[in-house]
Amino acid sequence: MADSFTINEKMSGRRKFLVAVTSMAGGVAGAAIATPFLLSMMPSERAKAAGAPVEVDISKLEPGMLLMVEWRGKVVWVLNRTQEMLASLEKVEPQLADPDSDKKQQPDYAKNRTRSIKPEILVAEGVCTHLGCSPVFRKDIAPADLGSDWLGGFFCPCHGSKFDLAGRVYKIVPAPTNMVVPPHVYLSDTRLLIGSESEAA
Amino acid sequence: MSNFFNSMIAWIDKRFPLSSNWKAHLSEYYAPKNFNFWYFFGSLALLVFVNQLLTGIFLTMNYKPDASQAFASVEYIMRDVEYGWLIRYMHSTGASMFFVVVYLHMFRGMIYGSYRKPRELLWLVGMAIFFVLMSLAFTGYILPWGQMSYWGAQVIVSMFGAIPSIGDTLQQWLLGDFNLSDAALNRFFAYHVVTLPLVLIVLVFVHILALHETGSNNPDGIEIKENKNPATGIPVDGIPFHPYYTVKDIVGVVVFLFVFCGIIFFAPEMGGYFLEYNNFIPANTLQTPDHIAPVWYFTPYYSMLRAVTVNFLGIDAKLWGVILMAGSVVIFCFLPWLDRSPVKSIRYKGPYFKIALALFVISFFVLGWLGTKSPTPLYTLLAQIFTIIYFAFFILMPWYSKIDKTKPEPKRLHE
Repeated sequence: MADSFTINEKMSGRRKFLVAVTSMAGGVAGAAIATPFLLSMMPSERAKAAGAPVEVDISKLEPGMLLMVEWRGKVVWVLNRTQEMLASLEKVEPQLADPDSDKKQQPDYAKNRTRSIKPEILVAEGVCTHLGCSPVFRKDIAPADLGSDWLGGFFCPCHGSKFDLAGRVYKIVPAPTNMVVPPHVYLSDTRLLIGSESEAA
Repeated sequence: MSNFFNSMIAWIDKRFPLSSNWKAHLSEYYAPKNFNFWYFFGSLALLVFVNQLLTGIFLTMNYKPDASQAFASVEYIMRDVEYGWLIRYMHSTGASMFFVVVYLHMFRGMIYGSYRKPRELLWLVGMAIFFVLMSLAFTGYILPWGQMSYWGAQVIVSMFGAIPSIGDTLQQWLLGDFNLSDAALNRFFAYHVVTLPLVLIVLVFVHILALHETGSNNPDGIEIKENKNPATGIPVDGIPFHPYYTVKDIVGVVVFLFVFCGIIFFAPEMGGYFLEYNNFIPANTLQTPDHIAPVWYFTPYYSMLRAVTVNFLGIDAKLWGVILMAGSVVIFCFLPWLDRSPVKSIRYKGPYFKIALALFVISFFVLGWLGTKSPTPLYTLLAQIFTIIYFAFFILMPWYSKIDKTKPEPKRLHE
């Protein structure tokens, strides 16, 4: 047994076979017992059950104002865009990576230039598609740090990604895609339901 | 009395290899006689590790790993627990000092070629220690559940989401939820206080065993075991670790503790580099601070994470950033095989290696500095340039280390 770490050439075929089969059976048993431990780390039933839709009253949301709402632990922005803001959406399009929202980051009813149901009201998850920071609403035009062609939008302080006022990502920034528009529906003119597409929820 | 002591040792030795291990690892472990300043940092790393273990145990007595109570429990430790402030500052300062001494320890290995044959495994175990240390720092930083804890964790965990196809599931598995929440805080606490320290203890043990198998390298980068006294079998340029280097290391410990105490008592926040000001604000899941940066020891890698801004080779910029960030740390593992120089130590290496190393150190510091700043077009460009220099140090090493003009190694150690 002195050299038990090296493979014993004299071992019979039958013994080699038994060692291999036993090792494999042990490996299977190891994987089997690891499974419940690994699965215990997935989101629990309670975590899955959380995340009901939230209802928002937007009657007091003035043009140019941003409202932050929490839904499923994430921030959702509701932005009432002014006419100037809406006009900027077309002007910035040459600088955008996906101006037509071809990547599926929004429901079909928000696949348009304003990425919204009502043109002025943007509903978007305020989460940078790069690494999950929440970008800052920068409505100031041509500030020193963002350049003279900045017409307002969202700037992520973490890694410098830029989005326009419809949450569309600029070219040459770390974020790969436009911001996510969550499912939402208007219950009335001023009552918005975030997290559901049907009024029944 | 000494008779009683000796017979007690004899009693133990029949039942446990006490004297033989004392000899093998301390009193008859022969280390090269020319250790210099750079050789303090291995034992100091051990000292800081003990500091982290002890202070950490006392912090768990009052800390609550619960998203609604964590922040307040840290403030409670700071204000109401007797000497809680001291224990916490010892722990938080210890975290930064751990990286200071480990970075210097690694740099020693780089200048004297300590990673070269036959110490490749020793180097790899050391790299494993470094990875565990980074994980410990990351999980520990989350625990106070301040703004930087929360958003820093958000960024790091989102990196796993960048991995194609399995990313989202992996991220949920890591978080135990669909978002960073109480579930994640609770499990990061488990990693920080149980899993990772256990792994680290084992790895440190293996690191020292591997070191004592090959013997220590030295500033001349030659093997003292190749020149043994024929009568005794002891390397002629070796001296017993105990008492010679235990005493030397104690001097290092004393000087280190002066610095350590100075930081704890006069600058525990270190101007926002050791403890960031935004982390004195409780985590707000709805708002990222205007400026976020990791703690100083992660800033070089963080700069590389955000340096890539264009998609190329069919991989998007986000994934490239993650690949570069991971690659910038993992690439150290390949050093033993990248270095083709006929000599180990910088003392005998030629100008190419010295220039390359100097550029690498400069890029490490510049990237580290950029990582603390908000991104602007100029800073992003600088980060890109220095990321290239950083990687060039490693990738071009097989070439420049081979054609470099080296000096002949001596047969014996310098005094």
